[in-house]
Amino acid sequence: MTVPIQCRPDEVFVLNLGPQHPATHGVLRVKLTMDGEYIVKAEPVLGYIHRMHEKMAEAGSFAQFMPNTARMDYLHALAYNHGYVLAVERAAGIEVPERAEYIRVITVELNRLSSHLLWWAAFLLDLGGFTPLLYAFDDRERILDLLERITGSRLTYCYFRFGGVYNDIDDEFIAGTRDFIKRLRSRLPRMYHDLVTHNIILIKRLKDIGFITPEQCRKYGATGPVARGSGINYDVRKNEPYSVYPEFDFDVPVYTECDSMARYMVRMDEIEQSLRIIEQALDKLPDGPVKAKKVPKILKPAAGDYYAAVEAARGAFGCRLVCDGGKSAYRLKLRSPTFSNLSLFGEVAEGMLLADALAFMGSLDLVIPEIDR
Amino acid sequence: MSIVEETRKALLQLFPEQAAAEAEAEAAADAEAAAGAEADTDATAEDTASTEEAGEAAGGEETAAEPAAPAKEEEPAEEGPRENGVLVTDHAARGTHLDVLCDPEQVVEAAGIMDEAGFFLEAITGVDWIKEDRMEVIYDYNQTGPDPCRVVVRTFIPRANPEIPTISEIHPGANWHERETHDFFGIKFQGHPYLEPLLLPEDADFHPLLKDFTP
Repeated sequence: MTVPIQCRPDEVFVLNLGPQHPATHGVLRVKLTMDGEYIVKAEPVLGYIHRMHEKMAEAGSFAQFMPNTARMDYLHALAYNHGYVLAVERAAGIEVPERAEYIRVITVELNRLSSHLLWWAAFLLDLGGFTPLLYAFDDRERILDLLERITGSRLTYCYFRFGGVYNDIDDEFIAGTRDFIKRLRSRLPRMYHDLVTHNIILIKRLKDIGFITPEQCRKYGATGPVARGSGINYDVRKNEPYSVYPEFDFDVPVYTECDSMARYMVRMDEIEQSLRIIEQALDKLPDGPVKAKKVPKILKPAAGDYYAAVEAARGAFGCRLVCDGGKSAYRLKLRSPTFSNLSLFGEVAEGMLLADALAFMGSLDLVIPEIDR
Repeated sequence: MSIVEETRKALLQLFPEQAAAEAEAEAAADAEAAAGAEADTDATAEDTASTEEAGEAAGGEETAAEPAAPAKEEEPAEEGPRENGVLVTDHAARGTHLDVLCDPEQVVEAAGIMDEAGFFLEAITGVDWIKEDRMEVIYDYNQTGPDPCRVVVRTFIPRANPEIPTISEIHPGANWHERETHDFFGIKFQGHPYLEPLLLPEDADFHPLLKDFTP
């Protein structure tokens, strides 16, 4: 544990971390007031990649906003696809065929895996380990190849449609996914856990560092692996089930240590749970159409406001859609999980060593375009 | 008692009139049930059973929905301006369980009630109703218990003078959400410790989500 040092006012100095810094994974600036190596005050400065997605939603039709949803959290784009289509489907009363729901779950979970693998790679890169990045990117590449065949893109997917998905999955995709599950399962214990998780250097960097209490999580509205690493058993897929998630048997990993290591472990366990979900979904995959019939080209949902939430890789993503009966959203509020997760950074980083704060920041798994929207 | 019902009871502190009316209705229903029980026991039992089934079919958010029933029936008939109070909403259709409309001065008290009930703040947002010359401020609350319960607290403020008290002292997470809402709508959160632009440039003097905004 770090202990804040009593500082004299004449000795503190201001250090700008970012807006261009490799450890921030994007254009985030943190204004740090430092006392030597210790942080006295940390103030994240946002907005460097703010694009006003919410105004764009008001300008075009509902379908025209679909590609924007992939450009917030570009690492788990399909979950944002999913949150948005759920909100619009709820507003317009569109039913989704069962096969489409299964395909949605399979692709979202594959995307979650690729997101967690990239986090793992980048996090270890922050900590000074280069080799794990190559292992993770090797595995992630296979997911991107699988999804590219089906969705047509490798990163910013626009695959979901109101009432279904853009196209059906085929036998090659199913066989490829099964192969991938087998491959990642065989690599996880040796290449991921033996080499990295049980590595004494990693443990020393993460254990008892970046302590977030469950109460802090609640006060700041933190969700996802950050909350689950602090002992809060909350996962939208379980607590407020949507799509066909209730059909699958999976666990929500929860660790009560509240430190950076706990958040690391939550994500590593989630990789295994996602593999389980995909496997079950492939086994149970029903036949049928992948798009609802009679979805009008131009949607005009009834006036009112609607909320839909999904569990993205970084926490609960929510869409609040306010309709006035017109062809476009009157107001679309995008609740991004990392925005809330980062807002506790200032409080927790106080009194930390700079190097620890960077490890702590990595354990929050920030995606800046999603914070700034 | 389900968490939705518990939270509804807690939120009724904000609306003594609705609480009193419901207590009265409940007392009347009890008296009627007592009178009915003397006359015809079977019919009353059947009646209660059917209400319970209907409640479950609507999304399962209310099992013993006796006191909530009046609020539910009012919802579809809601044509004119809605009165302050707590509504039970259908989660499958709306995505929320409780919908609260209150005065702008009451948002701090509402935030306190939600905080005590163990809820966390998910988001704050505004809506510019330019035709009605007013702005809506929406607070989304959620909790991490095993049963879902989402609460939305909304209030209206005049468009010409958009001011509302801050809740950032109760929910520190509201600090950024309020700064964001100030950026986009120009809503001034009174008592906010640092109401500077968060997502917009530091010298921004425009509010892009206003409906009459021109770049």
